[in-house]
Amino acid sequence: MTATAHAASAPARTDPKVVLEAKGVIMRFGGLVAVDDVDMVVREGEIVGLIGPNGAGKTTFFNCLTGMYKPTEGTVTFEGSVLPPKPRAVVKAGMARTFQNIRLFGNMTALENVMVGRYCRTSAMALTSIVRGPKFRHEEAATRQRAQELLDFVGLGRTTEHLARNLPYGDQRRLEIARALATDPKLLLLDEPTAGMNPKETQETMDLIFKIRDSGLAVVVIEHDMRFIFTLCDRVLCLVRGALLVEGSPATVQSDPRVIEAYIGTGPDAPAPTPTAERPAVSLSKEEQA
Amino acid sequence: MNTSTLPNGARGTTAVTVSRPSMQWYLTLAGVVLLIVGSLLSWCYDEGVLGNVSLNVNPGPIQVFMIVIAVLTLFFLLLRGGLFPVLDRLLDSARALRALGATATAFMVAVVIVIALQTSGLANADPGVFVALVGAALITWGSWSLASDPTVDPVSVHMRGWVDILVIVALLAIVLFGAAYALGQEDGTVFVLFLSVLGGVSLALARSGLFSWIRVIAQRHRQVLMLGAFAVAFLFPFTQNGSDANMSIATQVIIFATTALGLNIVVGLAGLLDLGYIAFLGAGAYVGATLSYSAFATIHWKPPFIVVMIIGACVSATLGLIIGTPTLRVSGDYLAIVTLAFGEIFRLAMFNLDGNNGPNLTRGPNGIPAIPDLEFFGFNFGDTHSIFGIPINRFGNYYFFLLVVAAIIILVFTRLNNSRIGRGWVAIREDEKAAEAMGVNTFGLKLFAFAGGAFLAGLAGTVKAHQDVSVTPDQYVFLESAFLLAAIVLGGMGTVAGVLIGATILKLLPEKLRFVSDYRLLIFGLLLVLIMRFRPEGLVASHRRQLEFHEEDTELAEHVEHAHLEATAGSEGSA
Repeated sequence: MTATAHAASAPARTDPKVVLEAKGVIMRFGGLVAVDDVDMVVREGEIVGLIGPNGAGKTTFFNCLTGMYKPTEGTVTFEGSVLPPKPRAVVKAGMARTFQNIRLFGNMTALENVMVGRYCRTSAMALTSIVRGPKFRHEEAATRQRAQELLDFVGLGRTTEHLARNLPYGDQRRLEIARALATDPKLLLLDEPTAGMNPKETQETMDLIFKIRDSGLAVVVIEHDMRFIFTLCDRVLCLVRGALLVEGSPATVQSDPRVIEAYIGTGPDAPAPTPTAERPAVSLSKEEQA
Repeated sequence: MNTSTLPNGARGTTAVTVSRPSMQWYLTLAGVVLLIVGSLLSWCYDEGVLGNVSLNVNPGPIQVFMIVIAVLTLFFLLLRGGLFPVLDRLLDSARALRALGATATAFMVAVVIVIALQTSGLANADPGVFVALVGAALITWGSWSLASDPTVDPVSVHMRGWVDILVIVALLAIVLFGAAYALGQEDGTVFVLFLSVLGGVSLALARSGLFSWIRVIAQRHRQVLMLGAFAVAFLFPFTQNGSDANMSIATQVIIFATTALGLNIVVGLAGLLDLGYIAFLGAGAYVGATLSYSAFATIHWKPPFIVVMIIGACVSATLGLIIGTPTLRVSGDYLAIVTLAFGEIFRLAMFNLDGNNGPNLTRGPNGIPAIPDLEFFGFNFGDTHSIFGIPINRFGNYYFFLLVVAAIIILVFTRLNNSRIGRGWVAIREDEKAAEAMGVNTFGLKLFAFAGGAFLAGLAGTVKAHQDVSVTPDQYVFLESAFLLAAIVLGGMGTVAGVLIGATILKLLPEKLRFVSDYRLLIFGLLLVLIMRFRPEGLVASHRRQLEFHEEDTELAEHVEHAHLEATAGSEGSA
């Protein structure tokens, strides 16, 4: 089911409406250039993969996009307007993220975590909260209901009142996604959503991401699991040492010798094609099976 | 009553084995009988020692304590003997008995020592004291080897609503009469002994699991408890019969508690360390004083008091905004340092605004004395009014007024805590970066907590000015900020009950005991060290704070989660 949905939307890549456009993003830390002149375009309903070896600057690039870092140079444009480098403004504009190392509010329940995500879409201020008029109660009920819907959506409907820190690892990742979705984003940035997951959980996450895309969101995914990324994404960007190495369809990227070299390293005499030749074969056949 | 147990909820099995009374059981019973008999006999020839313990069959206060302990011991013994099997499943009587035995013995030993010291040697002791001592020792000995019986986690016990409410009412009644009784004791030694008995009994009840049980009940009927607590606080002056001394202490306790509650919004909810909070109280007090009808007031505009309150609160909040805006943008520790400095600046500024070094606003070190009492619609706070035939004096009037202020602050506290803003604060405490990345206005919320706390302190300050009669800079020193913070740390960050208890302990002890007030820094320092070591979340902690202080404790997390699940299931069932 996922594969057909994926295949059907593949031509949607030509959809002209651009959601996010990063232009010439450079991030320097002292002498180190962590992100070196990277351009990225994300269109509506698209799943974009961001790959690259450890330390390639993927997460740093994410941080630049979401305003956690102020890029040294370059601009990030979201739906036509330039984003200020402030996480709150970015969220308000419609871009939400998850973290590589899970950063849930551990001592809050799953529901409360998602309700925090609703913060920027609700408006009850101090006096309203103290007086508790009908407007406050209505908003509070709506927040709660929306949070519950999102938990159901990611498949955590039964763990609503559990503490986030008591949830199993895979559920914590899902909860983070639910919390990000609570901000009503148009674009979701996922930083290694399947890190540390077993194959079954990975498959479930993939289904979830397709489901999110089908609900009208664009998704950008950082991942190390190549099978995952090449099955999931419409387009893949490969970063190496901060710079954009290759961009293109999964098939283009996975067969590019430079990508293989970046991951495996150059052999003493020739770029080793054998291990990579296996990889696409497996992922492609899997896609066809599904 | 129906008892349901969930697999991970029960601390032990639910099967109740009614243990056949053993040798130890009878031994303990004998101890109880001896303790009661001993306490009914005279303890000392001298009438002036420990209240009066020289009469037969007419026990003095100290002897009453022992009888209370004996009765409690008897209760737990009967529980153990299988008299109330339902309760026996809830309470671990063996642990309670051991704690009671230890308390009674320690207490009797202390009594014997006091008698020996205050009269000239043990020759003055009557046989009764030794009978009681032997009884206490027997209880300890007998209960020592009693095996703990398995209990049900109180969280999974659902009783009828009226039983719960009855428990709350009974508890509050005990608090009211206990407080009235304790404050009625003139003799310092008796007061100390009373407190130690109270501590021992609390320990025993805590060990039996009663407190966690009460805690569950309290959470289930939060509103009943709140109303009840206010009723108790409201009734307290009526138990004092116009006594000035105790009402003065009570008024000081309540103003201290009110201020600490405001600070708890800043510290407990938003997680900001404010070391200069007393300055905001001072700002309110100075506004109250300068706008009062005092002959020494420097501003000759006399608005109605309600306007003064609002002005005082706004002035404090503005000061809060001024120091909060630059410092809250940077992380944690800076705020502590800046607020510490602000507290000092405030004091020095008030000290110097005397007309020589600037405008004469505060009359410098002389302060503004002779602030008249408040008057609302002809009701003068300085006069004694009679309500239901019981005189309510000046302190009583302020007490009631401050009670209203405290109620407002508690309302603000609980409602903010349980709203979008409160969730934002928790998120900031947990992970500020993640909160920001999820769209929470972290700076705005912190600034709001800081300025809001200042606002409430200013509100309380205007009343304090009138209650204190005079306002001087040396009332608002760093030490006072430290005590406010200590009350919160001791009582429990982020809870109302905890702060009330912490504030009461910190304010009441020095007032009632010369000994404590001489060494109060030493004693409170030790107290805080002990709290930090053994219960860093404070005496009455919120679950969330408890979890924050025990990030590694998975068992606690499981337990809290289970309690939460039970509570939400309960509330959905009743709704």
